[in-house]
Amino acid sequence: MMEIGLSHYLAVSAILFTIGVFGIFVNRKNVIILLMSVELLLLAVNINLVAFSSYLGDLAGQVFAMFVLTVAAAEAAIGLAILVVFFRNRGDISVEGVNLMKG
Amino acid sequence: MLQAITFWVLASVTVLSAFFVVSARNPVRSVLWLILSFFSAAGLFVLLGAEFLAMLLIVVYVGAVAVLFLFVVMMLDVDFTELKQGFLSYLPFGGLIAVILAAELILVGQSWGEAQVTAMNTASATPADVSNVEALGMLLYDDYAYFFQAAGLILLVAMIGAIVLTLQHKPHVKRQNIAVQVGRDRKTAVTMHDVKPGEGLGE
Repeated sequence: MMEIGLSHYLAVSAILFTIGVFGIFVNRKNVIILLMSVELLLLAVNINLVAFSSYLGDLAGQVFAMFVLTVAAAEAAIGLAILVVFFRNRGDISVEGVNLMKG
Repeated sequence: MLQAITFWVLASVTVLSAFFVVSARNPVRSVLWLILSFFSAAGLFVLLGAEFLAMLLIVVYVGAVAVLFLFVVMMLDVDFTELKQGFLSYLPFGGLIAVILAAELILVGQSWGEAQVTAMNTASATPADVSNVEALGMLLYDDYAYFFQAAGLILLVAMIGAIVLTLQHKPHVKRQNIAVQVGRDRKTAVTMHDVKPGEGLGE
């Protein structure tokens, strides 16, 4: 209980990842919450990478966590831009109308 | 002792606020919970000895991504109560899948033996006598230089993509046309009028 090891961090990361997946399941209609859930998933992945990097003495994990951070930032920017365009065209952000965007 | 208490506080705040992110009724509150979650995760990174990534998490996630989310949530005028419909119908199945997923992940995490890793299969061992930032910089600019360039390219593509997607040309907005502006000469730009005293130009 008082000795914090790698498995504690892995458990936190697993729970966080699960909450992200759960958020994608239950918020099927709201794209903004879906994007936030994806950010939570990537945060869980980052905690995993950094925990392994710290406990195994391998700095490559932190470098890759940095790349995951880059991709997450790019994904949020593009996703929100698509959301703004979608809102402009349709007037709401319900996922059920997304298939109207094709062609 | 203090480290253990800090871990438990930060971990529980991270997990709880992450749960409120997906269950909050108002998306603005979701974004605020997301900020708290990122902040506590940054604290976990400090505990793990990854100070630079902790600062990066606060600067990039809290300072940029979360504020971008907040900006978009407040900019879009959406009826969010309607979007919340179907939450309860997906709750039992989603919860079941989530519990199974968590149980599996934690099982794998607990049963994984640290002894399998030897010095042979570490990609780049942490140097002993330099700070975290210095070690990370040496690694990033030497071994992972091409990956670093690729990350910059990804951000460039994201920036151009976001601009291309959201830029719109409205008819009543006057835009600068540089070719016309530079191509002006004295004949088209200046006209001479003979103005009589007390009458003005009359146009």
